[in-house]
Amino acid sequence: MARTADVVIIGGGLHGCSTALHLALRGLKPILIEKDYAGRHASGVNAGGVRQLARDLAEIPLSIASMDIWERIEELVGDNCGFESHGTVLVAESDEELAGFKARVDDLRLKGFTHEEMIDRAELKRLVPAVSDYCPGGVVSRRDGAADPFITTQAFRRRAVELGAEIVEGVTVTGLARSGANWRVETSDGAFEAPKVVNAAGAWADRIAAMLGEPVPLKVVAPMLMVTSRLPPFIQPVVILRGRKLSFKQRDNGTVVIGGGHLATPHRDSNETVIDWEKLAISARTVWELFPAMHEATIVRAWAGIEAYMPDGIPVVGRSSTSGGVFHQFGFSTHGFQLGPATGAVMAELVATGSTNTPIDGLQIERFR
Amino acid sequence: MTAASDLASSYDLVIVGGGPAGLAAAALAARAGVSTVLFDENPGVGGQIYRAITSTPVKDRAILGEDYWDGAALAADAKASGALIVNGATVWSLDREKIVGVSVGGKARMIAAKRVIIATGSQERPFPIPGWTLPGVMTAGGAQTALKAQGLVTQGRTVMAGSGPLLWLLAAQTLRAGGKIDAILDTTPRRNWAMAMFHLPDFMLSPYFAKGLSLLREVRAKVPVHRADTIEAVGKDKLTEVVFANGSVERRLPADLLLLHQGVVPNVNLANAAGVAHTWNDRQLCFVPVLDADFGSSVPGIAVAGDGAGIAGGTAAAERGRIAAIAAVRALRPEATLPDTQAIRQKLQREEMGRAFLDWLNRPADAFRRPEGETLACRCEEVTAKQVRDTARMGCEGPNQMKAFLRCGMGPCQGRLCGLTVTELIAAERGTSPEQVGYYRLRPPVKPITLAELASLPISEAERKAVER
Repeated sequence: MARTADVVIIGGGLHGCSTALHLALRGLKPILIEKDYAGRHASGVNAGGVRQLARDLAEIPLSIASMDIWERIEELVGDNCGFESHGTVLVAESDEELAGFKARVDDLRLKGFTHEEMIDRAELKRLVPAVSDYCPGGVVSRRDGAADPFITTQAFRRRAVELGAEIVEGVTVTGLARSGANWRVETSDGAFEAPKVVNAAGAWADRIAAMLGEPVPLKVVAPMLMVTSRLPPFIQPVVILRGRKLSFKQRDNGTVVIGGGHLATPHRDSNETVIDWEKLAISARTVWELFPAMHEATIVRAWAGIEAYMPDGIPVVGRSSTSGGVFHQFGFSTHGFQLGPATGAVMAELVATGSTNTPIDGLQIERFR
Repeated sequence: MTAASDLASSYDLVIVGGGPAGLAAAALAARAGVSTVLFDENPGVGGQIYRAITSTPVKDRAILGEDYWDGAALAADAKASGALIVNGATVWSLDREKIVGVSVGGKARMIAAKRVIIATGSQERPFPIPGWTLPGVMTAGGAQTALKAQGLVTQGRTVMAGSGPLLWLLAAQTLRAGGKIDAILDTTPRRNWAMAMFHLPDFMLSPYFAKGLSLLREVRAKVPVHRADTIEAVGKDKLTEVVFANGSVERRLPADLLLLHQGVVPNVNLANAAGVAHTWNDRQLCFVPVLDADFGSSVPGIAVAGDGAGIAGGTAAAERGRIAAIAAVRALRPEATLPDTQAIRQKLQREEMGRAFLDWLNRPADAFRRPEGETLACRCEEVTAKQVRDTARMGCEGPNQMKAFLRCGMGPCQGRLCGLTVTELIAAERGTSPEQVGYYRLRPPVKPITLAELASLPISEAERKAVER
């Protein structure tokens, strides 16, 4: 006997858990199936950046909707998720780069988005006193911040369960097919049936899509991060660069998390990643130049989470193009953490009502046909 | 001294750790014509058992005992073999592609290896009692390091506490060197004898039997020994007394120094970070790598020899190193002439005989492995046993999830001092086994490196091109 639900969600990352929570809020009964445990991969081990800054136009509405949720996250999930808001600063390393940033910010204003704001050298120094003097300015998004990724994912998971969602962990999906009015989801622990299915399987989502006859060009990636031992507080906002790969933030406990998109080698069948130290050395040299205060810092840990990267760098959010009742929510291309809260709400809306008021044009799976 | 810049970009065989296993492996492989480098993080080779064997100021051979001086021959043989031995070399990363991250003199290098033998030995088992982080409380192994490397003996009123052969060895070495020990608190659970007795006949045939008996006699003749089933280190800013109880009788001993030791366990960090599969050994109460008869691990080309493969002592470690080296040579240079493996395996078997007796006898009591209340489990991040227990009861199923909730294991020691404690506490609270709970997934660097060291990695061709473009 297959177990039945209103919706089966495949994948227990932040996105799957958020969708489960929002479906349960709407009075539906979702079952979420996770092959490891909730937050085991990218959702639990990412850099924790809660960033609206420097996003693709197609995902800005989702990002802004998410920011509204982040700012009252405790009301939603009963945990502050370690969220702290000191802004994100995109630092320009040359006048030429700064001019490019200005063009984008001006363009965003014309389109009605005001969250990105140009800052000059003086304001940059005020926001980030530790930054090297050669930087002429940058862009700030003042409401941005950072949170604890694993705690956040677990908080969404816990709240979803409290609201009636069922989370099944350590169970792998092996098949997906029509069964009358339902979808039948075969797993390593029996079958599940529901009229609706959400594919939130992250780096494994292409396998689910392939079961529906809609292959997607998903690339499995593992962006690397490293963290230092505790340092005296010296920087509040998250700092990112554009020309060179860097994201940089000091958490409240004093540790500094250094990331930016250099990639490890992922092995998605064994859940392993192999760190590429020569690329992390590039990050180390960048930090060395940008923050003289970091010269004595000690690196205590480096890691990488396995996730999906789409060829155009933006996610797949919306209906399946082949299979009625199936919805996709994957491919967040190394910047999905901030989007989790609102994307779950939008997916729940889409699943429950058939449409959503939040613009997600440009994120449909059809673009890969 | 070999500098980082003197290192080649690749070697046939990289050996990590210059204790008996590493030294024996290096000598054998280099003599068989394999290009071999041995990285050892100490100023001189020897590992813990033969620490400072080439430089110790303790010249009276009787103090450290004849077994210690066996290390001199191993060290000399490795040196003469043609293996490149690099001291002051910290290996901080190893992955399944067998890329070795090493720092020498503040400069880092990535070295490619065809084969790797991890010979990083053992570490002392955590001994989390109330007050174990007070100044004045240290591990017996730490005291032994000071004795071997600097000739320092303990000062002030000294109490030793714990179980296991090394505790008695250090006591004897300290006494011979002129140190004074005010009391020894023996924490060996009495009921361990029931299991151990079963293996006594084997133990009586092993070389450790006579040595062990004479050590016990030597120490007991000079130091009062008390049984203890609870111990607490007490003091405001530093240790002032040790409170212990045997049954309902509580006693207090004024003390300036408390040396704790309850056996050694494999140092699994490097192997774990390289993706080597481990399993719980219930007799030794620790995780050990899953290994084949040649000490090859689950990761092709990576072997784990010595006490890192499961505790068996220094002499066994050397034989294990030889067996692992023979397997490496066979893979790298099949035409090489090799010593008779059968003879080595027989020697190893003799050494391992009697291990069961020692293991069963010296299994530390539950109370000394699974602390309660405010006793710290993780020293780096100051996480208490109660926090770990409460979080496990709340639903946290494993140590990796526990890291996110409590930060235990996230400090500079990378979980060395809390890993087993946290696993055992979770298992106890959730009514499951340590095997089910598992261990921390360790992330490199397994030893902290500075940003400057990392930045010193040579710039790769790809990066140079990216900059030029």
